[in-house]
Parts: sequence; C-alpha cells; structure tokens
Amino acid sequence: MALDPAYLDYPRRAEGYDHDLYPWSAIRDRSPIVWPEGKSVAVWLCVSLEWFPITPSDTPFRAPGHMATAYPDFRHYTAREYGTRVGFYRLLDAFKKAGVNASIATNGAIAERYPNIIADILADGHEIIAHSTDMNGTIATGLAEADERALIAQSLASIEAAGAPRPTGWLSIARSQSWNTPALLKEAGFDYACDWVNDELPYAFNNGLINLPLNHELSDRQIITVQQQSADSYTRQMEDAFDYLSGEAASHGGRMLPLHITPYIMALPYRIAAFEALLGRLAARPEAWFATGAQITTAWKAQQ
Amino acid sequence: MQEGQADPGLYDFARYRERPRISWPGGKTVAVWVAPNLEYYEIDPPANPHRKSWTKPHPDVVGYAHRDHSNRVSHWRMADAMSKHGFPGSVSLSIGLCQHHPAVVADANERGWEFFSHGVYNTRYTYGMDEAQERALIEDSIHTVREATGQTIRGWLAPALTHTPRTLDLIAEYGLDYTCDLYHDDQPGPVKVKSGKLISMPYSLEVNDHYGFFVYNMSPRDYADTLIRQYERLAEEGAQSGTVMCIPLHAYLIGQPHRIGPFEEVLRHIAADGRAWIARAGEIADHYYAHHYAEAAHGA
Repeated sequence: MALDPAYLDYPRRAEGYDHDLYPWSAIRDRSPIVWPEGKSVAVWLCVSLEWFPITPSDTPFRAPGHMATAYPDFRHYTAREYGTRVGFYRLLDAFKKAGVNASIATNGAIAERYPNIIADILADGHEIIAHSTDMNGTIATGLAEADERALIAQSLASIEAAGAPRPTGWLSIARSQSWNTPALLKEAGFDYACDWVNDELPYAFNNGLINLPLNHELSDRQIITVQQQSADSYTRQMEDAFDYLSGEAASHGGRMLPLHITPYIMALPYRIAAFEALLGRLAARPEAWFATGAQITTAWKAQQ
Repeated sequence: MQEGQADPGLYDFARYRERPRISWPGGKTVAVWVAPNLEYYEIDPPANPHRKSWTKPHPDVVGYAHRDHSNRVSHWRMADAMSKHGFPGSVSLSIGLCQHHPAVVADANERGWEFFSHGVYNTRYTYGMDEAQERALIEDSIHTVREATGQTIRGWLAPALTHTPRTLDLIAEYGLDYTCDLYHDDQPGPVKVKSGKLISMPYSLEVNDHYGFFVYNMSPRDYADTLIRQYERLAEEGAQSGTVMCIPLHAYLIGQPHRIGPFEEVLRHIAADGRAWIARAGEIADHYYAHHYAEAAHGA
C-alpha cells in the first residue's frame, strides 16, 4: 500500500502563501496605525441581523443557528425572530445609551420584510453592512458563479430599496467564501469584506478589496453558544482583550477589538445587562475609539 | 510496534510506584517544557484516502484564516510572553513553514528554540504511506530544518498525529531521540524500536490549548487555572518521582487577545515557583539518557 506519489509533491512550497489572494505581512513589521483623536484601540461593534426562513437550505451548507428540528421548526424560527423584534431593539438602546455606533450586518430579507428596522438603524447613525439575502444565502465553492453574483446583487438591492445608502462592506454567512467571492465583491463595488480572521487590522487583498477581520473567537456565538460560557465570562474576556490590546498599542501602534454580537444570543433579558455594563466600561476608557467598519477602514486606508 | 497485535508492544508496563526516582538538574522536581506548534496548513490540500482535512469545500475561510493568524499576528505575542518569563520553545514544526514564512522560523531560532518535525504540512497525513514515502518525509524533515536553522531535529510529533506502524522504528533508525506521540506517562521512558534507541517525551493532549479551548471549551482564565493545577500537582509529586510537564501551544489559540494575558500569568507563576526545571525537550532527553535510560530500559 502506498499513497499516490502526488501526495508527496508540494507544488506551492515556496516563500509566501499557497494561494494568490493576499500577500503575507506580519503585523509587527507594519508602520504603526494612529486612530482619530489619538485613540489607541478601535472598538468595532458588528451586529448580525438575520432572517431565517423556516424552510432551511443545505445548499451549499446550512447556516449556523438555522432550523434544527423536523419541519416546522417553530422553536428556532421564532427564537431567531425574537432577536429581531425584541433583542435588536435592546441593542439599539444600549448603543444609544453608551453613545456609540455600530455596523449592522443585515440580511437583504430584513430590509424587504421590516423596512422600519432599516429606518431605525439609519436614524441612530449606524452603518449597514450587506450580509447576504437571508440565512439560506450561504456561499461556498460549488455555488455557481452566476448564482453567487446574483446573490450579492440581490443583497445590495434589497437594502437600497429600503432607503439605505449602498453598503460599502460585506459579511458572508459564517464568513464562508468561495474561490470567486473576493473577485465578485470587488466587481460589485465593495470597499471591504469581513470574512478572513487571520489578522487584527485591516489589510488589502491583491485585488484591492480590504479585509476587515471580524474575529470569530471573540464573537458571542463562539463564546456563549459554542463554548457555553456565561455573559459575565464573555464580558471579562472582552475586557481582558481590551486591556491586552491597549498595552500592545502603546508599543506597536493602533489596535482593534471587534465585538461580533447576535441579537438572539446577547440580547436576551438575562444577558443584556452584562453587555450594557461592558459597553459602559469600554466607552469610558480613554483609549477607546468606537467606530464602524467603514470608519475604521477609511482611517486605515488614509495611512497606507 | 507489533503490527496487528492487541498490545502494540510500544513499552513495558511500569506502575507509578517503586520506580527509580528521576532527579532533574538543580534538584528540581518537575521539568517544564513549552511546545509551540509552528504550523502551515494548505488552503487546497490533496485528499488523503484515510482522513479528510478541511470540513468545508476549499477554501475553508475560517479554518485556514484562523491558523494563518499565527503567522501574521500571534506568533510574536506568544513568543514574547515566553521570552519575557524565561521559557524557551521546543517547536513542533510544519517544516513547510521554512519555505512559506521563513521569518517566523528565524524568529524562533533566534530565541534559542529547538525544532522537531511535525511533518511538511498539517494538512498532509502519514496514513497510507509506504516505507519509501515515510522515509522521504523523515529525510525531508532532517534536511529542511538543518538548512533553515542549522539544527538537527531530535524529535517527532506526527503531522496531525497521523502514524503508520513503522513510524517509531524509522525515526529511531534515523537517529531521532524522542517521540511526542505517546501519552502513557508523566515521565519519559524507553520505547521499543527495531534499531537504535527512542524515548517517549511527555507531551500533552489534555492541557494542549486546542483541547482546552475546543474540546473542553474553557474560558481563557479557566485554561490558565488548569495549567497551574497541572503544574502544582506535577511539581509536588515530582519530589518523589521526577515529572515532566509539557505545555503544547498554538499561537492562533493562545495568542488571541483575550487569552494571552491570563496565559502570561501561568508562565509568571511557574517561573517564580522554584521547583521547575524550565528546559527544552532535547535537554530533558539528554538528562534522561545520561542518567536514567539504562536502568529503565533494562530488560525492555
């Protein structure tokens, strides 16, 4: 028994990556970033605002948080809707109280179905990031290029039709892309996408698209839903992260703390108070610059 | 190993009492070594018939990018914390990293870290290799690390923990001194091989950061507490037995901003305690071979 001899061939074993999507760069080697107003830690709040059809699709894969029981899965359909109807409004209130702005990664279906939400987001000065059509709109290699192009276009059209400015940022469901996605996002006119979690500052893909890393390890989904930790543990972890980044920023330049929030996870009655308190404490830190994805990428780009 | 036998015949059973006591240099009770995994995962690896690599169609963006975080951001964070508290690394190295990101390998080498092989990529598995292919992998490891660092590898942690029945015999034949793939003890011990000598170097899955965060789903502070408890127990027992504690790390896990602070407190605790011999795997192997191997291997 032996493996195919090709298994011991390494055609891309050379300096740099085994792909041509973006160049290698160590964060330690880069010129220090300076955020506006002399702040050292950009805090980026990103909320995923999702609509789950009760008829889930597994093509190309079923989104995290999607229906889980046999049809009709009332429990998950309605628990996700709870996040949109109730939880999201708790978050909007919390942001207002802390005096901070967020990026709202919004399914096109939210804009089509609930245009009032779009108006409420815009009235509070938050940014809208395009986040696919609905939670059946997952992307992975195998999705036909024309279908992916249409999915991206529809996501934008739905948000614009609800009266919002055309989003300049994109987040894929589960951060999952196909080989075609970076080119299609560039073609659709996006400035930035948030899917690649390999860095802690923005950086440019070879095609010019900026990647703004939305750390999945720091998300409420990962810490609370996957790792089953409490809201208090979550807030402790975010403050530990902030403290560390603040120290690193003092010697290496501006850093970024991305907080990825899901309304049906964080905005439950028994968790929201811990989150509100976290926002209050972070907003009081003199190093903190709360900013949207567009503000962060704009500030970064001006220093390149 | 005894291929096909119910007992693979890797080592003799030895109960944890009435063993010869291992005495570490300076009268320390526990040898502590830190094993950063410096890895490269391919974005589009070929399929191995015995194990799938990525769970999603390529590119598995989160899987790949998460690991890439090591080589852009978190390696230096982890390494600085180790250097600050006086812990050298004994690196489990995807040798392909020598080609892809030589700056990362050079940084580890300049810090005085030791390297052992963890295969070419953590997306290429040993399962199904014939002997010639496995020899090619070992020879590639020896030559690549020597060229990149000037060091000759002395140990092995199979890529993604994938082995063949030949692996241990072959690495001993090539003159390697230790394997990190066996988890049967808190002390080094002889491993039975066809030719040459080999010892098992206690590594750890249980306190590996991957297990801590992705099997046991610990918070950063709970993982730090776990390491301190592991240390306290092994340091205490080591007064009678002489123990080894390994802290296996991945920068993309331990070097995340919410984890590195609590982890640094672990290093501070161990360094200040006084019972730890903070060493490289090769130093632990040298001491064991010089003072304890012959007695333990008697009749092995």
